[in-house]
Amino acid sequence: MSLRVEEPGLSTTVQDTGRYGHYHIGMPPAGAMDEFAHRVANALVGNSEDAATLEMTYYGSDLEFEEDAVVAVTGADMSPELDGEDVPLWEAVSVDAGQTLSVDYATAGARSYLAIAGGIDVPTVMDSRATYTLIGLGGYEGRELEAGDVLSVGDASDGSNFVGNSVESDHRPDYADDASIRVVMGLCDYRLTDESKEAFLDADWSVTPEADRVGYRLTGPDIEFVEREQPFGAGADPSNVVDLGYPIGSIQVPEQPIILMRDAVTGGGYATVGTVISPDRDRLAQRPTHGTVDFESISIDEALDARKAQSRTLDAIRDSLG
Amino acid sequence: MSEDVIERRSLPEPRYTYGGDDHVFVELDEAMSFDANFKAMAITQQVRRRDIDGVVEVCPANASYLLRFDPDRLHPDALIETLEEIAADIDLTDYSWDARVVEIPVLYDDPWTHEVMMDFRDNHQDPESTDLEYSARINGYDSAEAFIEAHSSQPQMVTMMGFVPGLPWMFQMVPADRQIEVPKYVQPRTNTPSRAIGYGGAFSVVYPVQGAGGYQLFGRTPVEVLDVEQSLSGFEESMVYLNPGDIVTFRRIDRDEYDRIRNAVENDSYEYTTGDLAFEPDEFFADPYGYNERVVEEVA
Repeated sequence: MSLRVEEPGLSTTVQDTGRYGHYHIGMPPAGAMDEFAHRVANALVGNSEDAATLEMTYYGSDLEFEEDAVVAVTGADMSPELDGEDVPLWEAVSVDAGQTLSVDYATAGARSYLAIAGGIDVPTVMDSRATYTLIGLGGYEGRELEAGDVLSVGDASDGSNFVGNSVESDHRPDYADDASIRVVMGLCDYRLTDESKEAFLDADWSVTPEADRVGYRLTGPDIEFVEREQPFGAGADPSNVVDLGYPIGSIQVPEQPIILMRDAVTGGGYATVGTVISPDRDRLAQRPTHGTVDFESISIDEALDARKAQSRTLDAIRDSLG
Repeated sequence: MSEDVIERRSLPEPRYTYGGDDHVFVELDEAMSFDANFKAMAITQQVRRRDIDGVVEVCPANASYLLRFDPDRLHPDALIETLEEIAADIDLTDYSWDARVVEIPVLYDDPWTHEVMMDFRDNHQDPESTDLEYSARINGYDSAEAFIEAHSSQPQMVTMMGFVPGLPWMFQMVPADRQIEVPKYVQPRTNTPSRAIGYGGAFSVVYPVQGAGGYQLFGRTPVEVLDVEQSLSGFEESMVYLNPGDIVTFRRIDRDEYDRIRNAVENDSYEYTTGDLAFEPDEFFADPYGYNERVVEEVA
């Protein structure tokens, strides 16, 4: 079973839940930017949550199916159509051999996920099928899809049982909702003045066009650092620290903030001031260019509760699918 | 060279902080020192050895370390408690390791990094100088030549890996007053040649792949530090060549030798020059220059 890429879209890659255990050599996890949408897409078609899906950014692909299949599209609304007929989002649908699925511009959100029963079958590298394009690792030949690529699909149990599976509307994220992105402040936030920390949390930040899988660059007010004699080895600029590891989701402030995402640089010498909590990294991944981001500082216990709440939603969705 | 010892630094209380709901970051010191680095190494080695359930990533850094954990299996405060326990038991006088010594040949002032740095003079502290000339001057050397000698004549220890896969941060094994320190570019470059030798803060790096970078550019090596396909000899075990605790000697080469070695790398007939050394911090601290002679002999 395979599907053929007729049009690749703006940036379409094979992703899964990511590769772990190699961060210390500089290997970021890669994987789905919106892991929630990825997991739900898999659940809808009966895959395990770590099966590979296609992540489409801003503008999706045209894909021709060689055989009958069961698919689900979740995440950003990119108006998918099957031979010209609208395809419902967050629902498992059947595709007949020879049909073409066309995924268009995002009208809400930034990234959509296409799961297919059986999963996209590319070789695993370091236990993951995720694409990390910087060094050409994983996924389909380590790169974004191009026209003419033919993707294999893993063996599925009879996917037809899943057709019609859908996520209840109150479990679907609202990507137009621009509620605060929650962060746990810390890391090197002692480098910011108290006024600047407050301003950081009060500001409406704007997502720049340089918002990709490596990081989201934001623009907004200037950041003010506490004056100090720079410690040995840090470098001369007040934003410089002795090079350290960057958590996924951490916000570094060279001058303007950069939030590191799934293809993060894993370390460097700019002060990091806090970290976006894991469920809100999924939400952030759906903020488009020129969208607005504001931050809310929460405690570690609140962060752990927010994570549990997201897990409960996922469990509820899985339960509702039987 | 009378005061030629590595002065020990007493470290402040470590700072434990959360990185969202799934990371713990521990800063051992705001400044770089061998004490801070060796402590980060020793603690993270213990963390690995204990194989703590729920710990997903263990990343030593220059003067800090970072852990990623699964909050569904481990509470961050329980993890921090364990880390405090481990730190209390660490005694650096007991700490030593089998270090690999690796020679990295370098063509200083090479044409490729020169061309790129000229494209980015607008982002530089001193647009009229090359990065080498600027770095030589602010570190008190009479010439780029004398500066290259200082950079290449004493070995460097790999103190951290990251940024991108395979990139080593290296800290020169000399007393603090001999350490080279340079600023990073005012704005990072959007381009850096692969295998460029950079310097920022107190660290040398080798850029594994072409891409962004903000460090001063000194030269280029013909040898690889990353081989994703793992087809080159030396990369059988891992796609990255260097690891924290390795000791690197930069050997200055000319263009002919650069081309010869590059050719050999491309034909997969290049063999890294390496040696092994049981690294004893105390011996190194007491007589770094004497110790470094032994290090260099390993690959001579």
